[in-house]
Amino acid sequence: MANSLKSLTPLGHAAAETVTVGPVTIVENVAVALASLASRRDREAEVASIAAAAGIALPGPGQATSGAVYGALWLGPEQWMVEAPFASHEDIVAILKPLFGEAASITEQTDAWVRFDLTAADLPALFERLCGFDLRRNGPGAATRTVIEHLGCYVVRRAETEVSVIGPRSSAHSLHHALITAAKSAF
Amino acid sequence: MIINHPLLGRRDSQEFVYLGDAALMHRPDGMAADALSKFVDFAYLRDNPAGEHRELWYHEQGDRSWLVVTRNTVTHAITKVELARDVAKAEGRSK
Repeated sequence: MANSLKSLTPLGHAAAETVTVGPVTIVENVAVALASLASRRDREAEVASIAAAAGIALPGPGQATSGAVYGALWLGPEQWMVEAPFASHEDIVAILKPLFGEAASITEQTDAWVRFDLTAADLPALFERLCGFDLRRNGPGAATRTVIEHLGCYVVRRAETEVSVIGPRSSAHSLHHALITAAKSAF
Repeated sequence: MIINHPLLGRRDSQEFVYLGDAALMHRPDGMAADALSKFVDFAYLRDNPAGEHRELWYHEQGDRSWLVVTRNTVTHAITKVELARDVAKAEGRSK
């Protein structure tokens, strides 16, 4: 019975999947823990200073940041998604909550999402088939929520040739299929 | 149609959901003596101008913010887009 208690990746396997379609590599990334962080009313300045002291760079609208341990992407006014290595921050809320106390609301998000990291030399050609987020105008550091195949997804431009798509975990296979289909179509 | 989001810039209108007249922001006081007639007006009476109209849009497939969009219902030209939060704050409300 021990095996039935082993956790599965969002795509339902024991190990994360990597698919290569022509010049595009799509990696199911299970190495990142997520938590949403929302400032409580009139505590915005406090949240900003605690985050800065903890090494969490909170980005402005439409942006994402990455640091030594923590990364963050903007979700809405005074709301962010905080990323950290799963190996050291599996229980990310238990780590963040003592830092922010009552100044912010923090919610575990890791298991709600599937993250695919795509690398290719010409990512704009791929993403113009997938969503309305124009990678030709939004360079490294840009991040947004948009629609891919009817699914609300976060698209994070990590680098010129690397983009993360963070989508609903319950639709992991549909999203994976959409990414592969678009990659086959684009290249 | 492109909506120029105050925080995120130009976004396609398919990311948004339309609610209606921005007057819906002014929910009547449910405890007032004339609450019933006020709520009847609030729920059923709308201006339906052919021309400039202030309306509420929700950025459902984006940052989930509510916007007050000033749009000409004849030409569809959008002349102003504000965060509903800022509009409410400018009216002296707490949220």
